[in-house]
Amino acid sequence: MTHEALPFTVDLLASLLLVAGGAFALVGAIGLARLRDFYLRVHAPTKASTLGVGGALLASMLVFGWTGQRVVIHELLITVFVFVTAPIAAHLLVKSALERDPARRPPEPGTAPDAPPAESSPTPPPTPPA
Amino acid sequence: MIDHALTLSLGMFCIAMLLSCWRLLAGPDILDRVLALDTLYVNALAVVILLGIRFRTQVFFEAALVIAMLGFVGTVVTARFVARGDVIDHD
Repeated sequence: MTHEALPFTVDLLASLLLVAGGAFALVGAIGLARLRDFYLRVHAPTKASTLGVGGALLASMLVFGWTGQRVVIHELLITVFVFVTAPIAAHLLVKSALERDPARRPPEPGTAPDAPPAESSPTPPPTPPA
Repeated sequence: MIDHALTLSLGMFCIAMLLSCWRLLAGPDILDRVLALDTLYVNALAVVILLGIRFRTQVFFEAALVIAMLGFVGTVVTARFVARGDVIDHD
């Protein structure tokens, strides 16, 4: 690239923040795709994606703050917006799910559920007779 | 080094967006799809920010700001509409 070179520490720190943010977002998306219930699925992306965006924003602040190319007001605004609005959106989603179908509400923590939850390793389907 | 980190991170965010797209298409409930859209816009925001770092330009950050605001409004409005069939209470 044709940009001016960053000092080594800034380069290393920004790279680490970028990779950590990408890993957080990837873990959140894997949780969104793999978990088995809506109330479980709502956990994974709403927190992990916020951290992923946070890593990218911190790296951006570091790079642009060091080069002095422009003011970092945009990153601050985006950080405030994402970190305030993401929990509100998740809360509203869960409230909507409870209003739509109260029967699917998971049991309160600490109370014994009627049926024990299924084991994490499901039984293999019966093989059809040959 | 930061160029390689940008490439790796862009790949991770793109895989995350693909997984969200899969959940958006396959989600059994409509709220799963709304949640997938929420994840999708947050990841798209991160991708726009990474491209802004790569090209060292300010225009991408204006776009990221707009995505952040409109995505939140879209999620809230869709969640309320799915739950109540109405966005604004009339009482």
